[in-house]
Amino acid sequence: MSDVKKFLYVNRKAPYGTIYAQEALEVVLIGAAFDQDVAMAFLDDGVFQLTKGQDTKEAGLKNFSPTFRALGDYEVTKLYVEQESLDERGLTLDDLQDIQYEDEDDDYEEKPSIIVVSRAAMADVMADQDVVLSF
Amino acid sequence: MSTLHTVNKSPFQNQTLISCLGHAKAGDSVLMIEDGVYGAMSGNAMSEVVAGLGANIKLFVLGADVAARGIDAGRVAEGVTSVNYEEFVGMAASCDRVQNWL
Repeated sequence: MSDVKKFLYVNRKAPYGTIYAQEALEVVLIGAAFDQDVAMAFLDDGVFQLTKGQDTKEAGLKNFSPTFRALGDYEVTKLYVEQESLDERGLTLDDLQDIQYEDEDDDYEEKPSIIVVSRAAMADVMADQDVVLSF
Repeated sequence: MSTLHTVNKSPFQNQTLISCLGHAKAGDSVLMIEDGVYGAMSGNAMSEVVAGLGANIKLFVLGADVAARGIDAGRVAEGVTSVNYEEFVGMAASCDRVQNWL
């Protein structure tokens, strides 16, 4: 028996217009130290956070998008992405970063972290949590 | 098992209320607070959308935020229940989780 709770970090904002996306990553990384069952959800403009090829040099902003690829090392291996949100924005899975984690229970095989789900399935994911934190 | 969803943005400002109603499960509660209360009004361009998407969801509005904005209590849409702060706390305490839609 353990006290592990299911935490879902919900991301609904684009990456650079506000500080929400970056703050969410900070909180996820801090929270990962507490050995909880952590997942992230990306819907609405939140799907823009995961696009590949982000180049913030000229804009003078910190590019935090590579951090998503490090999440697996912190045992954050479930990134739920909503299909309808991608569709509405003209995006496909190919437009997103290839984010993987090493499955320590399966000979450290590299597996994709991104799980594309329908809006209805996303609602099920949300309803299955102990704690939902929004950004 | 049910969720209390809170929405604090006007539906005329962004899609947050629409997204919330699209993800809430039948039997969940959606409480409109702060600028979210504009989504609880009758007779505006969003009223029918909210009523349609919220058909299987319990809709609430925080009365204090309605009053603060000079909205007559009679303008709160049919099917939306007005609650006070104490009832808000009670709702948060009695549900399985609270999801704040920012």
